[in-house]
Amino acid sequence: MQDGQSGGVRIGVVGLGKMGLSHFAMVNAHPLARTVACDGAGFMVDVLSRNIATPIYKDFDRMLAEEPLDAVVIATPSRLHAPMVTAALEKGLHVFCEKPFCLNWQDSERLTDLASSKGRVAQVGYHYRYVGAFREMKRILDTGALGTVTHVTAEAYGPVVLRPKRGTWRTQREEGGGCLYDYAAHPLNLLNWFFGTPDQVTGSVLGHVFSEGTDDQVFSTLRWNEGPTAQLSVNWSDESHRKMSTKVSMIGTNGRLYADRQECQLYLREPHPALAGYGKGWTVKYTTELTDEVGFYLRGEEYSAQLAEFIESVHAGKGRAAENDFASATQTDRTLAMIIDNAETGQPVGTAQARAVEAPKKRGWFGRA
Amino acid sequence: MDRLLFGDNQFFGVNHMSEEKARAQAMRFQKTDAIMEVLDTAYDAGIRTFMCTTHDRIAEVADRVRANPARYADFTFYPCMPYAHKYANAVTEHGMVGALRQFMPSDGLLSTALAGGKALATKEVDGIAKVLIDMEMKMFQGTKAPVIFIQNVFTDLLLGMGFSRAFRIFHDHVREKYGAEPAYITMNMPMLLEMLEKEGIERPIICSNINKIGFRMSGGFDAYLDALKSGRVRAIAMSVYASGAIPADEAIHWISELPGVESIVFGASSAGNIRGTKALVDRYMGQVA
Repeated sequence: MQDGQSGGVRIGVVGLGKMGLSHFAMVNAHPLARTVACDGAGFMVDVLSRNIATPIYKDFDRMLAEEPLDAVVIATPSRLHAPMVTAALEKGLHVFCEKPFCLNWQDSERLTDLASSKGRVAQVGYHYRYVGAFREMKRILDTGALGTVTHVTAEAYGPVVLRPKRGTWRTQREEGGGCLYDYAAHPLNLLNWFFGTPDQVTGSVLGHVFSEGTDDQVFSTLRWNEGPTAQLSVNWSDESHRKMSTKVSMIGTNGRLYADRQECQLYLREPHPALAGYGKGWTVKYTTELTDEVGFYLRGEEYSAQLAEFIESVHAGKGRAAENDFASATQTDRTLAMIIDNAETGQPVGTAQARAVEAPKKRGWFGRA
Repeated sequence: MDRLLFGDNQFFGVNHMSEEKARAQAMRFQKTDAIMEVLDTAYDAGIRTFMCTTHDRIAEVADRVRANPARYADFTFYPCMPYAHKYANAVTEHGMVGALRQFMPSDGLLSTALAGGKALATKEVDGIAKVLIDMEMKMFQGTKAPVIFIQNVFTDLLLGMGFSRAFRIFHDHVREKYGAEPAYITMNMPMLLEMLEKEGIERPIICSNINKIGFRMSGGFDAYLDALKSGRVRAIAMSVYASGAIPADEAIHWISELPGVESIVFGASSAGNIRGTKALVDRYMGQVA
């Protein structure tokens, strides 16, 4: 970066809602960051501007015009991501944007190109890629130790909308709210990390439980021509979970692999030369042993780690994000769009090439399977 | 403070190792009887202080304790507020102001002020903070609650934002209204200590992870040891076993030789683990009492 080597990274955190506040705290606590904040007028801005030293702008354009920034963290309602990221990149700033990236994946592609032409660190807040157990899942998968993966289940459950109530932007689909964008985006982003954008989406249901303006539960079947078939099951009206719980399990020709935020479990039929430390049968590794310490902890190492990596990439003068770059988040935006399209039309979206599967042999009178 | 305090994570499905184990615990402890049984085991082993979140279920525990003053003559609560998930979920559902109003008495002036949507005076903001503390404290009325904590997610959010005055409001209100000692749970002890001192809060009681392998001691192991040695903090150690990574004897022995650690807080569900930890603390840190 141009001028911040000694003075640190000057960052504007935009949006002081649920995610924005915690992002602001973590950025502000980072020793390399010099922080300003920005949010429309409101209770939180009111309270904070009287009580903390950090300057708080009430207008985004004014902040961009007046403040000599190196980077922004965008944590506004999803509908505002595309225009704000555009404005920031055009000013030459590095950008960390909260997920989902853009509600229209054509915007995501355009901004991916813009960020790469400007050589900026452009990252999206899919924090599960910073959870030790899911990183281990990805590492194991990449060694090929699981053999050919054919069968995947991706799930997320939690207690967000538990009764019919007047909603916020989070309960309006057009605003980027709802269980699909808020919850399902996370397991989908993990599937994109493991296998890329699916070739075909079928069987999607965006179901209502309590919300009027959006979905509370999501089902979908995703298919990769050169990979597995995955089933997605997500519900944010599940009080039995204390907080959001995301889990992925996969079956391959050499075993079974499972991960959630706490642990990664692998069953191997045969040990694999590329995967040291995992023998035949079950091996369990816990996130506690798979996770590096962070400088400032607020709500899980993964949240601090993704912001620290962003800040440190900017400080080191890197021209791209180390993880969760715009291109990878665009895959997720495309996948979300495929699911919406499939749920609305009932028609399969994308083309699956049929694998050469032998037709079932004719059985006798009683043979059904 | 007693040498050994009993925590409540195990009762509410908090387990840092396994979601399956967390759920099994949530099932086991869904009846207050099951919680009381474990608390009785701890109490009878001489562990008299229960350090607990202001979770709805704790209100039932407080009812039991109040109902039987003879049985629980020395039973002491160390409330930790707020129960963060309650607020986080409410914010998603109602927005920031809506969530705040959810937790305020609906007939109060402050709720009306919030509903008005206009800028609030500093005095009103302080008032809201005090009302929120009072709402959380309601369930402990008529019990012993001599030390009151801010829960770590909230402490660390305020810490990260640099909102040090909130600690001062909390400190003064807890002292004045409850005659209790204000205390803080954090995952960032050295940084918090510095901020509290800047607010003029001296030798605060701070509960944080302190363990031999430096697990979740954010800000660095050495910075923790320096803070402890400086005598500027009255520390309570949590996660002393680092989620099971350190053998119990070795973990407690190591803690016992650290200066500045006044107490250990631990959670357990089995009588064996409760008595085992109690015996180790007695051996290395002196009798609890």
